[in-house]
Amino acid sequence: MADETLPTSAWPANAAPSDLISPGRKRLGRALMAVATFGLLAVIAIQILYKTEVNTIGFETWRPVVYAYVLWGVALGIGQVLTRGEDGQRALFLLPALLFTIAMVIFPTLFGFYIALTDWNLSSFSGRKFNGLDNFWQMLADPYYRNALFNMVLYVLAVLVEYVIAFGLALLLNAQIRARKFFRVVFLMPLMLSPVAVSWMIGKSLMEYRFGPAAALARQLGWENPAFFSNPITARISIMVLDAWTFIPFMMIMLLAGLQAMSREVLEAARVDGANAWQTFWQVTFPLMLPVSVTAIILRIIFKLKLADIIITVTSGGPGGATDSVSSFIYREYRDRSNVGYGTMLAMAYLIIIIVFVTWLLKFANRFVRNVN
Amino acid sequence: MSVQTTDYAASEIRSPASFFANRVFIYGALVFWAFICLFPIYWTITTSFKTAVDVTQGHLIPFVDFQPDWKGWRSLGLSPDAIFRTSTVRDEFIKRFMNSVITSVGASSLAIVIGSLAAYGLTRFRYHFAWFKNEDISFFFLSQLILPPVVLALPFLVLYREVGMLDTRIGLILLYTLMVLPIVIWIMRDQFNSIPVELEEAALVDGLSIWGAFFRIVMPIALPGMVAAFILAMVLCWNEYFFAALLTSTDAKTIPVMVASQTGSQGINWWSMAALATAAITPLAVIGIALERYLIMGMTAGAVK
Repeated sequence: MADETLPTSAWPANAAPSDLISPGRKRLGRALMAVATFGLLAVIAIQILYKTEVNTIGFETWRPVVYAYVLWGVALGIGQVLTRGEDGQRALFLLPALLFTIAMVIFPTLFGFYIALTDWNLSSFSGRKFNGLDNFWQMLADPYYRNALFNMVLYVLAVLVEYVIAFGLALLLNAQIRARKFFRVVFLMPLMLSPVAVSWMIGKSLMEYRFGPAAALARQLGWENPAFFSNPITARISIMVLDAWTFIPFMMIMLLAGLQAMSREVLEAARVDGANAWQTFWQVTFPLMLPVSVTAIILRIIFKLKLADIIITVTSGGPGGATDSVSSFIYREYRDRSNVGYGTMLAMAYLIIIIVFVTWLLKFANRFVRNVN
Repeated sequence: MSVQTTDYAASEIRSPASFFANRVFIYGALVFWAFICLFPIYWTITTSFKTAVDVTQGHLIPFVDFQPDWKGWRSLGLSPDAIFRTSTVRDEFIKRFMNSVITSVGASSLAIVIGSLAAYGLTRFRYHFAWFKNEDISFFFLSQLILPPVVLALPFLVLYREVGMLDTRIGLILLYTLMVLPIVIWIMRDQFNSIPVELEEAALVDGLSIWGAFFRIVMPIALPGMVAAFILAMVLCWNEYFFAALLTSTDAKTIPVMVASQTGSQGINWWSMAALATAAITPLAVIGIALERYLIMGMTAGAVK
């Protein structure tokens, strides 16, 4: 497959013509790639035969296959340079990342789709059994999974609130203030902290029912029973607040960069035309910031869809699965029940939902930005 | 891309009274949010010096409210009097710490190397990979960003078991590299796009090869971008919990996994938990303060055209 797949045309157009390469060198390169491909296939074949107990020579684990793949990649790279000269050198820039990503994503995802169709519990002795779409039907009937999906909708909607706060903070930092750098560093701080440490620092101690200062403050403010994580609604809000605390700086920094890239003349012109601060914001600043805002919100939503660590460490999904995100639910499905087959089915379904949702989101955002501007 | 100061806000002010009100509001809001950002950190650090009584009575200010005590740090083996004695907790902590350092530095370095090369290739050359063009390849890399860890976690659990890489640092490094690669490629593409092609053309005319031009001419110019991408990748890898929790057990456990496992077993032991949390967040807090410029550069790459 190697020699036809990566023909690169010169850009800028000053490459050495490939006919300068001697036929001998070309033959050598082809031979090298052929040998490497044959070697890789041979190792895989031997290993499959060994694992299916057809023959007795083989390796204990599949690790030699990994080494064989790496060697094949190296040989492919050398072969490209040998057969195609400068074009091959260009291909060499892309090859490592491409081979790495394909090996790490495509293969495991395909394998994941296979696991999703099996009944496989790591703690039972029966091993894996192909059971077709059983996991899928089980998933459709699973109220906890539906609940986790519903929670994801709520968590994603919370991004809008985060966006408003982040925009406000960006405006503050962009105003004429002293000690701007100090405030910027301080505002950025939560993003640096590990979510797991944060979930102890805030979720498990600050918001702790008996001794936490946040609970004490809530009592002062008249909330008699400040149990942040015992009732489904407050628990969800608390998780949102925790997550917002860590990730607001991310949106804030992007919006701040957008504000600072805005041309000052436009704002001056608005002022000359007699617009007050409120009008200037809604008529000038906000529309001009729309592309940056959309980028920030979409990136934030993508991160939000992966939300898991805070929930796993603070509530483990409780009370009664009320705070579960899809990721944390699947995590517990594996950790508590070792249910690899079913968990993978849930994950794959989630992947498809995410792909559809994000594709729609990108299309929608594109059209939205174009219509407004 | 760098963040400059602007000063047009003053022009919106009309009378001295409204100017004053405006100032009060702005600084009030700034201080309020600074408090929200810093209080949890302050709380954690002070709690690590508290004893049981100080915790239950909600004392807040050291020396005024309560007398600081090394109890929390002693239980980690990191207090002045315990530092020279042997401590299994400290050994454990240092082991986890080193695991975190090795995996995050290793993954970030690997991602920078292959990510920069790919980003350079994608900004400078035209590729046709079967029916895929440059835009499609870029999209393929960037689309990995939406892949949630949970999709890969279980297949990798099985695959790593088969290849004997479960609970190894190299296994984590490979996964973390995959996780940060799209971000690195995103930042570096932006970076290379800002470098004029004429520089390399001149270098090629002078007889350098493509790779020579990349290493001698382009790399030095793109270095700040690489630092930015590296630091952002470091932060993400250091804080990663999901993969580490599923794929490591004894040898390759990282700091977040250790912190999380402590919260489960001894949630009441606040002072040692606080000390552990403080120790876990300190490295990144220092990086955040010292290298804030690069972090912002990395996060805003490509956001503003």
